Amino acid sequence: MDKLLEVDQLTKVFSFGSITSRIRFTAVHNVSFFLKPAEIFTLAGESGCGKTTTAKMILGFEEPTSGIIRYNGKTKQRKEKVWFTEGVQAIFHFNTFNPLRTVDRYFFETIQNYKLAKNEDAAVALIEQKLQAVGLSYHEFAGKYPNEFSGGQLQRISIARALLTEPILLIADEPVSMVDASLRMSIVNLFKKLRDEFGMSVLYITHDLATAYYVSDRIAIMFRGNIVEMGNVEQVLMNPRHPYTQLLRDSIPQADPALRWAGKVNLNETEQEEYLKQGCRFAGRCPMAMDICRQHVPADILIENVLVKCHLYSGEEVPGEPVTVHSL
Amino acid sequence: MNTPILTTEKLKAFYILEVHSTQKVVKAVNEVDLQVQENEIYGIAGESGCGKSTLLKALAAVIEPPLRQLDGKVSYYVNGMATDVSSLSADEKRKLRWEYVSYVPQGSMSVLNPVIKIKDTYRDFITSHVKGKSREEAFKMAERQLAELGLPLQIMDAYPHQLSGGMRQRVTIALAALLEPRLIIADEPTTALDVVVQRGVVQMLKEIQGRLRNTIVLVTHDMGVHANIADRIGIMYAGKMVEEAPTEVIFNKPLHPYTQFLVNSLPKFGDKSPRDSVPGNPPSLANLPAGCPFHPRCPYAMAICKEKMPDYIPVESNHKVACWLIEEGRNGQVA
Repeated sequence: MDKLLEVDQLTKVFSFGSITSRIRFTAVHNVSFFLKPAEIFTLAGESGCGKTTTAKMILGFEEPTSGIIRYNGKTKQRKEKVWFTEGVQAIFHFNTFNPLRTVDRYFFETIQNYKLAKNEDAAVALIEQKLQAVGLSYHEFAGKYPNEFSGGQLQRISIARALLTEPILLIADEPVSMVDASLRMSIVNLFKKLRDEFGMSVLYITHDLATAYYVSDRIAIMFRGNIVEMGNVEQVLMNPRHPYTQLLRDSIPQADPALRWAGKVNLNETEQEEYLKQGCRFAGRCPMAMDICRQHVPADILIENVLVKCHLYSGEEVPGEPVTVHSL
Repeated sequence: MNTPILTTEKLKAFYILEVHSTQKVVKAVNEVDLQVQENEIYGIAGESGCGKSTLLKALAAVIEPPLRQLDGKVSYYVNGMATDVSSLSADEKRKLRWEYVSYVPQGSMSVLNPVIKIKDTYRDFITSHVKGKSREEAFKMAERQLAELGLPLQIMDAYPHQLSGGMRQRVTIALAALLEPRLIIADEPTTALDVVVQRGVVQMLKEIQGRLRNTIVLVTHDMGVHANIADRIGIMYAGKMVEEAPTEVIFNKPLHPYTQFLVNSLPKFGDKSPRDSVPGNPPSLANLPAGCPFHPRCPYAMAICKEKMPDYIPVESNHKVACWLIEEGRNGQVA
């Protein structure tokens, strides 16, 4: 099996409150997906849907309540992180550089930690090579502090730093959310280049479906801790089946004044209400909710290689005309 | 449609900083001419660090050092009379605020008082701007408005941290619209929200504008949002307005090379062809290149671009551009 990273039935339960009134809160519920080599896989969904928690569990910042993470066929154990982090690197949406340190120190530190170069000249050559991959050069970078770079440059610098260990998997958690629309393209174009030239896989976590469509091969849509739809990006985004995916797809502002939003969205439930719901968690907002949706959690249904978690399709072997919510 | 509500003339607002006794001037708003009409949504677009937020500060008359208004003026048209904002006293400005002009600041996370409930924020707000309202009347007024805007009434008893970012942003907008101002100035109201919530916020702004028939000046860098809500769009680059036109024209027939980059770099569904972002980086406002500030990044740059800033001239009655290509008569043939 050529699965680079496999996540199987991953669940994370957070509990808070005192001992007498404890609230258990399933942030990620039975999430399974895998990444092939040289593939960009997108995990998309709105804020608070569990996508960052999933990334944290893969990276080992958070202990899963249950479930298995397999990397190259090996199960990840606690306290043996080096073999893992050499192949898996991460970038985040916030600026992770300390403002009081020059950015090149991070590069030299990584080189030291992973013993990537024998002497300083070799280290500089390695840094130069990685910076060139992201469109920067060593002389305009050495000795500078983070505040001397723009947001887009810093994001590219953190990608270059992640590239030092020659990872085969890059986990990018909302890498473009704080960046300007015009700079977003330069970062997602970089992911494409890394995939095509270096055969890297990218787990791209985002809420921006427009760039997700542009860059990724396969996509999973998360909603309140569950994957509600997963498959080829063309199929999922151009012909969405789950009502939530349809809503997301419709809500992307199109850069065309002729295609303005018609109809309204209903946002009257708070996040906690949705998380603690019985049955399908989208039922409160779904325009096609049935009685069964409010009582039972829908099963995962496979239609034309797309996984859909919705009662609308239960019992359907081959789909008929997809139901749309354009009348929303 | 052609009654102005807000105009600026040659507005110059610079940040003047003194660092180790050397003066540093950040030219954030440089000779901006703007005319916003009644009953329209006017969008201002541009990259981060192009002076959009500073322009809004000048429009809302909240200029504080190190920001200084060096030249030009901002006028409001209150009951048809032009009023120069800088000539008003602090008290007069305070009277205009929220009743005539209100401001939705960037980052709803930090503007609501975290230690009081939403209803107390409403009460604070109402008692300081409307005379003679009791506590109960204020709560009633708030409840009525929340119901009208389709926000759940439970949030009245919630603290800001209990609400999601989108909900807080909508509460902030509701507060700004409470006294039915003629002009609402909104600074990046949808940034950092995800798509569904963003749609909810845009929907609410449109609804308020439709009901009050007032004017909204909206700043965001997201061209998709502009396409959805704005009637007219002004493109800002390095402290200057470079193009202004109705939304359809900006998206279908942009003339300035920068606008063309902004519009063409957006990914579209059903089209995976490679897209380029604007080359290079935006210039530092403290150290602008000579001539047109866009020339180092412009693929059509000519000798004159490096020497002189082009005039901001109308090509059609409602379409203004500042570019030498247009002045040289190569109208629209740059793309």
